[in-house]
Amino acid sequence: MVTSITKSLQGLTAAVLLSWLFVVPAASAMPAIQHWVTDNGVRVYFVAAPELPMVNINVTFAAGSARDDGHAGLANMTSTLLDMGAAGLSADEIASRAESLGAELATGSARDMAWITLRSLSDAAYLQPALKLLADVINRPDFNEKDFARERERTLVAIRRSEQSPATVAEYTFFSSVYGDHPYAPRPGGTIESVSALQLDRIKAFYKRYYVANNAVFSIIGDLDRKAAGQLVEQVIAQLPAGKRAAALQSVPVLTKAQEQRVYHPSTQTHVRMGAPGMHRGDPDYFALYVGNHVLGGGGLVSRLFEEVREKRGLSYSVNSYFSPMEQNGPYLFSLQTRNDQLDESLLVMRETLQDFVEKGPTKKELIASKKNITGGFPLRIASNSSILDYLTVIGFYDLPLDYLEVFNDRVMAVTRQQIIDAFQRRVSPDTMATIIVGGDS
Amino acid sequence: MRRLLAAGLLLASQLLPAAGVVHEYQLDNGLKLIVKEDHRAPVVISQVWYKVGASYEHDGITGVSHVLEHMMFKGTDAHPAGQFSRIISENGGSENAFTSKDYTAYFQKLEKSRLPISFELEADRMRNLNLQDEEFQKEIKVVMEERRLRTEDKPTALTYEQFGATAFISSSVRIPTIGWMNDLENMQLDDLQRWYERWYAPNNAIVVVVGDVEPDEVFKLAKKYFVSLKPEVIMPPKPRIEPPQKGRRDITVRAPAEVPYTIMGYKAPVLATAGERWEPYALEVLANIMDGGDSSRFTRDLVRGSQVASSAGAGYDLYDRQAGLFLLDGTPAGSHSVAELQEALFRQVRQLQDEPVTEAELSRVKTTVVANAVYELDSAFYQAMKIGQLEAVGLDWRLADEYVERINAVTAAQVQAVAKKYLVEEALTVARLDPLPMETGRQPSANSSGGAHGH
Repeated sequence: MVTSITKSLQGLTAAVLLSWLFVVPAASAMPAIQHWVTDNGVRVYFVAAPELPMVNINVTFAAGSARDDGHAGLANMTSTLLDMGAAGLSADEIASRAESLGAELATGSARDMAWITLRSLSDAAYLQPALKLLADVINRPDFNEKDFARERERTLVAIRRSEQSPATVAEYTFFSSVYGDHPYAPRPGGTIESVSALQLDRIKAFYKRYYVANNAVFSIIGDLDRKAAGQLVEQVIAQLPAGKRAAALQSVPVLTKAQEQRVYHPSTQTHVRMGAPGMHRGDPDYFALYVGNHVLGGGGLVSRLFEEVREKRGLSYSVNSYFSPMEQNGPYLFSLQTRNDQLDESLLVMRETLQDFVEKGPTKKELIASKKNITGGFPLRIASNSSILDYLTVIGFYDLPLDYLEVFNDRVMAVTRQQIIDAFQRRVSPDTMATIIVGGDS
Repeated sequence: MRRLLAAGLLLASQLLPAAGVVHEYQLDNGLKLIVKEDHRAPVVISQVWYKVGASYEHDGITGVSHVLEHMMFKGTDAHPAGQFSRIISENGGSENAFTSKDYTAYFQKLEKSRLPISFELEADRMRNLNLQDEEFQKEIKVVMEERRLRTEDKPTALTYEQFGATAFISSSVRIPTIGWMNDLENMQLDDLQRWYERWYAPNNAIVVVVGDVEPDEVFKLAKKYFVSLKPEVIMPPKPRIEPPQKGRRDITVRAPAEVPYTIMGYKAPVLATAGERWEPYALEVLANIMDGGDSSRFTRDLVRGSQVASSAGAGYDLYDRQAGLFLLDGTPAGSHSVAELQEALFRQVRQLQDEPVTEAELSRVKTTVVANAVYELDSAFYQAMKIGQLEAVGLDWRLADEYVERINAVTAAQVQAVAKKYLVEEALTVARLDPLPMETGRQPSANSSGGAHGH
């Protein structure tokens, strides 16, 4: 198989083959990140992108569900209510003003972070009033009782709807099983019980504690220069109290024994989620684990898991594995879904594939192929303003070095087979993973 | 508001034409090539679109276009099964394919110098696919798993599928793209072979390239790889025009679910079938007035106002190949029934028929459309999608550039006129999802116990 790949490449033009020697993109293609900290403590990350007349902004706070402190759904509800009434404007007025400007204003949250995003045209006639709205939503949310009651009801419907999805049930069960007492365990949206018990006072207190300057990262990319970006940031967050950065989350205990949990669901397929706590942002093993997993289950249509489960046996439509690095060790998660009566075979193939990889690591050829995919695909990952904005947010939120993107390909190329084997043997233990099985009778 | 709209129009006319020049070419064998320059990043999007999809199919072989899409990754004589994906991967590319009612498309995203690799491989599988039973037997299982994942186990998707097959009796719009399960179970390799020979030819394909490329160089490259491919005699599908509906149709879907749901649709023309060209654009504006963001009527009046809905939406696609539906859907809020939600949606419809929309609403929709036209330029892939979709249904890619102008020309009276003309009960189909108990309940775990966490 590998010989014939080489053969097919020989048929391509000399120019294409030549480009193989320079897989690392030229420095000029790299976005130049400018970083500063405002007087009240907001960390700002900015890239000038004059090509399109628009501006993308993401303001992130360490205010995700990991800060719920026993009140599951608190961070999510706080984030939801930000644009449901602010500075005396109703939810209708905020939405109507934003959309009359062609602006996209949204809020969201996950386990580590909560965010407010804005995309606007860069023309001042649009941008200035849009920034005013953004500032109101961040600085002066009203948290009205009426909006809270309505959004709580909508959240309860959303929670019930999520119970219809075996994939979602499997994911929630996985987190609860793997994270135990850690704040990553509960559902970010909460449960029927926890959301029903939420109080507006607690939401206001959560907002006051976590939506503060020292807990914020401000990412911007768009058609403006450094000076204009500086003014823009001040306009939005100068009023934000300095406050205190959220304390580091507790570290995640490793699993010490295998666990298996089965949940009945009236579905024709069984969904499997298998894994354990994996790694964190800035992890010393990040590149070895990332590149290794690319070979095992992270390479899209080309990976060992895809080959064994889908291509050779037709057992699942989607099958993959991935690390979700978070502030503390996020999950290393294996997923597939298969007709109920094929569960045992699928599970066996997935486990054997993992076991074999942990024991022997990738072959030399697999490692080269994965490195080529990752490094050769680098220009694609920074091809749009919205994707660069995502990188700015990750770099800022997780305190990654400013040259993260510049050295990314070099780091990938430096990974050796031995480093992957070593990292997997230290960090990935197939014998102490949690396996969640959600599905119907075969 | 007026000031902003005026500025929006100015902005559109100043910026959009400069956003990227489009070049169109045709090879002697009928292959169409459309190249759009986007020099922001050193990347290229390459897409091959075939004019075939579920709406070209007939009873008994539903899903064949989509199964064939899967089999297109299963090798030719020159590149055996799996090799296509490995070569693209080693070149740093990402790739996939998608099938819809009206088209089947294959794409790669690559660093710009790798475009020849995409062309070589796509040209090869356009005419030289080696359909083998061994691969087919495995892949049809994968497609059935995909159907279980996307439809069987999703109560709203299941409802939508039955709804579509009720709204249309004769038109092939009724065929689900994934295919009926029984047709998948009875699909034969020969069905695929014939489908491939019938539709996969250069004169039934459009190659769309968007990125940091020189159009004439791309044309040279296309000639090099595609020109030797033999064209086919393409027999267009029969029209299968739906007979006029003679009254409202109602169905109930009972399935395990937690939350009820309703979807309703009125027969509506599309750009390709409309007698009056402005009508589809007025329908598009109508859908946006109902559900074009958080300030639209459904969210304002039904979710936040009367709170009869937990969510509510409207949908319309003016670029389909055949006449379709103007859709309304929603989930009732906790204390309300599906019937109450349906009645609230009908009241919204009646209001739009009785009174013209406000200037402020119209202005919001138009400003949003202008802004979106700018935002869309941030994605080379999306730009290629728009060109490909239009060309694949037999429309001109230039229509995408006309969109902003056409929407801006729509008046409040026209929105009211299409609401009155098309949102009529004679042309209505209504489906409701009636939840059956889920019987959830955790069975005891096999071998988990407390204290599994350690430090």
